[in-house]
Amino acid sequence: MLDGRSRVRRRAGLRLWLSGGWLMLAAGAALLAPWIAPHDPLAQDLFAGRMPPFWVQGADPLYWLGTDSLGRDVLSRLLHGARVAFAVALVAGLATAVLGAALGLLAGFYRGWVDMVVSRFIDIWMAFPPVLFAILLIAVMGPGLTSIIIAIVIIDWTRFARVVRAEAMGQGAMDYVASAQVAGRGRFSTLLVEILPNVLPTIVVLLTLEMGIAVIVEAILSFVNLSISTDQPTWGGMIAEGRTSIHQAWWVLVVPLVALFLTVLSFSQLGEGLKDRFDPVLR
Amino acid sequence: MSYLHIENLTVGLKGTGDRLLRGVSLSVDAGEVMGLVGESGAGKSMIGKAILGILPRSAEVLGGVIEMDGENLLALPPRLRRQRIGAKAALIPQDPLTALNPSRRIAPQITDRLVDILGWDKARARDRARESLAEVQIPDPDRVLRCYPHELSGGMRQRILIASAFAAEPKLIVADEPTTALDVTVQKQILRLIRDMQARHNTALLFVTHDLGVVAKICQKMTVLYGGMVLEQTDVRSFFKAPGHPYSAALLAATPRHDDPAASLTPVPDHVVQAVRAEVAAADRMQRHG
Repeated sequence: MLDGRSRVRRRAGLRLWLSGGWLMLAAGAALLAPWIAPHDPLAQDLFAGRMPPFWVQGADPLYWLGTDSLGRDVLSRLLHGARVAFAVALVAGLATAVLGAALGLLAGFYRGWVDMVVSRFIDIWMAFPPVLFAILLIAVMGPGLTSIIIAIVIIDWTRFARVVRAEAMGQGAMDYVASAQVAGRGRFSTLLVEILPNVLPTIVVLLTLEMGIAVIVEAILSFVNLSISTDQPTWGGMIAEGRTSIHQAWWVLVVPLVALFLTVLSFSQLGEGLKDRFDPVLR
Repeated sequence: MSYLHIENLTVGLKGTGDRLLRGVSLSVDAGEVMGLVGESGAGKSMIGKAILGILPRSAEVLGGVIEMDGENLLALPPRLRRQRIGAKAALIPQDPLTALNPSRRIAPQITDRLVDILGWDKARARDRARESLAEVQIPDPDRVLRCYPHELSGGMRQRILIASAFAAEPKLIVADEPTTALDVTVQKQILRLIRDMQARHNTALLFVTHDLGVVAKICQKMTVLYGGMVLEQTDVRSFFKAPGHPYSAALLAATPRHDDPAASLTPVPDHVVQAVRAEVAAADRMQRHG
């Protein structure tokens, strides 16, 4: 028993370190991009087009990760693209969590008509294909960082609402809630003081997953050219451009793809690691 | 005048017309222990929940009077009612594992009521919490106050719940099967603790249980329920000598005996169950036509 517990902890620890490490590194790079990027991410140099990355024969030491077909530095574009990815992950993730969790808490704790309304909205929302819904929303609002964030919040709040509602319902049935009410605590205060702290770990885990999803959604939208204006580099936009020259310069596609993959994976692993950490039985 | 006086309390399932409590009346004096017994679904817990205002969402009070300290709780506006209950009544819940909030320390879970309802300052409330824990023989109360529930054993948590119930010096306590979820060895201690505390504080205690053995140990009066209806109300001694209702007699006969474990268990006979069901149905007819 004790042995198994410590094994779980150690695995969770490694997971937290690796995923957290990558995310810190990537977020730091995004934050510092304007200062650490070796080149202007938009500067074209047609004579230096499709230079391979440093480990391939014929690489130019000035361009670590090579250049794309217009001669723009892939590393600089990657760093600047990370800014968009992390801005979206953070803002959209948090906003989605706040909206979804609030509705889920109200529905799960108050039940009755509040629950009816929220649950029917969830049902309706879940019937929309999310990517098409996002494209539709962006088409209506016009492209831009704000539009993307709003679209993600509008589409994904149900992820939080559903889970948090179920959790709040379960917590609401516990004896400690009855005890608190006998002791004179009002309904809303019960929700905030008694229920919310017990649902918070779930919300945090969902939040990390949502951040990964937000990064993916942003990349998808960039890929179909619906994200931000084309003079702002994004990972999805880089992948879209790389696709057209995949036979001549595969790195233009692969480098942002790897960054995207590692980031999304790290977010989900961070969530898993935190879940183990929060689990009161394992704690 | 009894401290708690319930008259003709009727609780129904919302929107169905089904009745969970069918006109229950009972009285408990200060310093008195009243046992509520009956099989599952008899409505014994429902009475306690109706008094404390924690009926499940699907249930509602349809009629009757719940008088505590001479004041009809059902006639009070919800806010005032919650305040009265918070100041004068308390609950000892069934399951110590879910009755403490896992994400809060013990101290605020005891002191909340003292601060919010009685308006004490924090230091005084904390002193009182420490005293209460000491009173239920918890060693090192200061450490326990800083603990989270998962750091404490089940028996310890039940002691904390008892201390917490008595901390505000309530005049009425509802104990809802407080020993059912515990180990048999711990059960006995907890039972004695509840009885001692009740006697010392001169509290009116409503003790919900399905265990007649427990009733014999701790209660003075008892109410036998079936289908939300009171079948018999009597003092405990005469009940065990001569139960007044055929169903109570059958219930008593069905109780396993500690002094004679070899004796076979007698289930409540079918004809008794049918008779008591008919009684409940007759009461429903009366109510519908009257």
